[in-house]
Order: sequence, then structure tokens, then C-alpha cells
Amino acid sequence: MFDDLRELYQEVILDHGKSPRNFREIDHAKYHAHGNNPMCGDQLEVFVETDDAGNITDASFLGKGCAISVASASLMTEMLRGKNIDEARKMFEGFHEMCTTGDDNALAGVGQEDADRLQVLSGVSEFPMRVKCATLAWHTMNAATKGEAGISTEDERG
Amino acid sequence: MNATAEAIVNPVFDVEAARRDFPILTREIHGKPLVFLDSAASAQKPRQVIDAERYIYENEYANVHRGIHYLSQICTDRMEAAREKIRAFLNAAKTGEIVFTRNATESINLVAASWGRKFLKAGDEIILSEMEHHSNIIPWQFLRDELGVVLRIAPVTDDGEFRMDAFAELLGERTKLVAITHMSNVLGTIVPVADVVRMAHDAGARVLLDGAQAVTHIPVDVQALDCDFYVFSGHKLYGPSGIGVLYGKEELLEAMPPYMGGGEMIRAVTFEKAEWAELPYKFEAGTPAIAQAVGLGAAVDYMTGLGLDAIGAHEADLLNYATQRLSSIKGLKIIGTAPGKSSVLSFTMDCAHPHDIGTLVDRAGVAIRVGHHCAQPLMDRMCLAATARASFGLYNTRGEVDVLTESLEAVQEFFG
Repeated sequence: MFDDLRELYQEVILDHGKSPRNFREIDHAKYHAHGNNPMCGDQLEVFVETDDAGNITDASFLGKGCAISVASASLMTEMLRGKNIDEARKMFEGFHEMCTTGDDNALAGVGQEDADRLQVLSGVSEFPMRVKCATLAWHTMNAATKGEAGISTEDERG
Repeated sequence: MNATAEAIVNPVFDVEAARRDFPILTREIHGKPLVFLDSAASAQKPRQVIDAERYIYENEYANVHRGIHYLSQICTDRMEAAREKIRAFLNAAKTGEIVFTRNATESINLVAASWGRKFLKAGDEIILSEMEHHSNIIPWQFLRDELGVVLRIAPVTDDGEFRMDAFAELLGERTKLVAITHMSNVLGTIVPVADVVRMAHDAGARVLLDGAQAVTHIPVDVQALDCDFYVFSGHKLYGPSGIGVLYGKEELLEAMPPYMGGGEMIRAVTFEKAEWAELPYKFEAGTPAIAQAVGLGAAVDYMTGLGLDAIGAHEADLLNYATQRLSSIKGLKIIGTAPGKSSVLSFTMDCAHPHDIGTLVDRAGVAIRVGHHCAQPLMDRMCLAATARASFGLYNTRGEVDVLTESLEAVQEFFG
């Protein structure tokens, strides 16, 4: 019945949505923020740990959400490890643009391997109501790295 | 009275005939026939309402209560005739007790800002229920922050039943207002409002009933209920958006100051002072939603023509059937099972988040609401972030419930 939704719900998304990676708290994480999507009531927390050189050594999340938002958060925490904060933000910007515009070139500034992984979520650009689901964890991570305590996606478009 | 006279006559309701009145129901969504199960958010419009609005714009439109020219007079007559229809629909004592607003939200804000500011003071208590829509919470929080009134919250059971015992305990000398929903937009619970009103009045409190959901499903008689205020929106009653109603008892409305200032609401103005117009115009500053008011009148005619009892019986059958069908889906939990509930069906599924459910069934042409339904405190009470909600209107059918059921089974397969 839902064959045409396989583009949105790719196997990777279903997998991460069902079995999220890094679904845990990091005690005393250097960066930590709450994300809230008031439209659907979804809430999550993102934790990011860095070493002295500013490289991300660990990233994790907790919370409730739909398959899209959980999968996106799960993928994000996997991909953040080994990046520095600037690279993480650049990845956020590219990902955000891909989700809102559907433009494949949005990820040009991100390494090819990462771009390929993020591509699985590009389907949300066809579903404007679901863009915030995909970007919630990323907005939260971005806010955390700026030292903000939390974000609400109501404040932004996408 | 003998047994024969008491026999219940089964109202006849021809749903297929009613469906033909709603042009939008013939369209397809993603190549599938539209199954519209989101009437609790906003109902579709019958041709009778659409035609009434179109007719007035094409034939009788001008500003109301101002001109002495022919069109202004006839348009005023049409709008006032609509007001009278709404009076009869609610069985209010007087037409002046029917105030046109934008929607139920504005009606509640009007009462809070006008009646609340004038008659409430610090320490006074307002009782709400756990089931309130945000529109019956936030205006009272404004008053709390401004005046220092205290909000008390009447609880519901885990099944979503209104707890009369707990409500009775909250009532006291300090209670000045009970502002409560007539029917929960999430749980479908019907609050026994006649008892609530009687108990509140015994305690010396006024009562505002939020009828946004109830008015589309059950006959409302504001005099029999004896409520002080009753509010609803036109768009959920198969009428236009942008028009709503505040019913208030005349003595209360008379004692209340205007809500907004402007044209139409005055009798005489100098730069030093103004005298307010008579009811209900005192509360209707500015050019009102004229065609929408007329459209709402047509909606009321439409509902009355079909018969609220007949509509109610049809919707009750749909709710029972849907409850039975959805209960057979493994991992699906129905939220809100109060006895006598009306036709909204909230649920969660183990396999999928409500947002994913909503996106999937949309592909099957099924429109349902997902999220917190503007009732976050109730979601917290039920320990839920969100639910999916199917709501039934007069035009829905058992066949559509079958489509919903099949699409939810497919959701389970997809994520299972």
C-alpha cells in the first residue's frame, strides 16, 4: 500500500528508527541541549563530548520521536565522532539545506562518504511537514555547540 | 406515559445523500478516494453553506448596520437572521445574547478579558479540567499573571472520564468561574455539564462551557443547561472559518465592558467619551465577518434539517464500529474510553509514532490528525507525547472506517 513511501522511509531509516545508535546519556558532556518540536510534542536531548583539541570524541541522544527524527538523530551521532565543532556545524548547514530544498549540491561542503549517508534523508524535502522531524536533532546539536540550553523548531522554518 | 409512547424511534439518516452535499468528498488524494477523518479539527462544508456565502457576495453584499441603501439593509437583515438561527439552535432566550466572534478561541478571550478583568481579583479561583484545549487554558493564564487569580485543575481518570468527585472537592468559596470543555477534542469524553453547572452555581461560581466539539454532535440547550457562557466555532459545525459564537446570559453581557473598541460597538462618541451600543453590538467592533455569519446560519439550517439526533446516532454507530475494528489491530491502544464518549478516536501504535502513521495513511487517502491536539497538559497527564486521532463527522461511513483499518494494518506491516 505504501510502496511510494520507500523513498522517504529507506531501509537505513527504518533500521535506525527502530534501533537507534548512541541512545544514551553522556555524563558531564561538554555540550548538551534540549530540542523541542512543539508541532508534534517531540522532545530530545543531544550530548556531545570533545577532547582538548576540540575534536568530537562521543555524541549521543535521548528522547522520543517519529522514525524520521530518531533515525536522523541516530545517524548524526554516528557521524559526529571524529569531526571538530566547525565541521559539525558545516554538516548541519548542508544537511539543513538538503532537507529544506532537496538540492543534492547542498552537501557539497561535506565529505563524500558523509554526504552519501545523509542522502538517505533527502526524501523529506518532498514532505514539508516532516522537515522539522529530520532536522530537530541537528538544530539541537547546533544549539548545544553554541552553548545554548535548548531550541524549539517553532522558531525556525525547517 | 405508556411503554409504546416511550419507544425510541430510530432516526433515519441517509449518509449517502448527505455526502452528495459535500463537493470536496468526491476528490481523490494521492490517487485514492478522500477519507476525511479530521472533522474535529475543521469540518468540510456542504454546498448549502458554500452557496449561501456565494449568494450573498453575488447578490446582497454591503456593509451592515451602516448604510440606509437597499443592499446594506438587506445584508443586515441576512446577518441578523443568521444570529436568530443560532439563538434558536442553542435555545438562548434572546438574540442579543448571541455575539459573533472569529472563533471559540476569541470568544473565550473575550470573556477572560472583559468579564474576568472586571469581576475577578487576586486569590479568586478558576477551575479548568485536565482535558482543556490550549484555547481554554492560555486566556486564563493571562488573567492569572495579570490579576493573581488561581487556576485549579479538575482531573480525569485514566480512561478519560471526568471525575465529578474531585471536581466537587475543588469547588469552594473562592471559586468564581468554572471554564470547562463540553466534549474533549482528544478523548471524546462528554462532561456531564448540567451537573457541573448546578454544582458550580450552588458554590456561587459562573460557568463557561467550551462547546467547540460538542455542538457538532449533540443538541445544546443553554437555558436547560443554565450555563453562563457557551462558546463554539463555525468551522467545526460545517460552517465557514472566521466566524464563531459567544453565548452569554444577558445580565452578564450587560455588566461587561467592551472587549475591543471601534465602529459598530458605540452609540455616541466624542473625543472625551463614548457610549456603548446595545447587545450584542457592544462586543462586535469593526466590520464583522458578514458572509461567514450568513454561512454559519446556513450550516445551522443544514444541521437542523438533518436532525442532530439522527446525526448523533449515525456518528455513534461509526464510533462503535471504528472502536471495534481498531481494537482488533495488534499493538494499537485507544486513548479515551469514557462511557458515553462522542465521535473522536485517539490512538497510539506500538510499531509507529503518530507522525509516521499520519504520513503513511495519507498515502491511502486517509486524513487524520496527529500530534498533541493543542492539549499538551492532557498529553502529559496521559504520559504521551502525541496520538493519532480519527474523528467522525456526519458524512463518514463504515466503509471509510474499513479503509482506515486496512491502512493501519498496512502501517503495522510497514514498520512491524
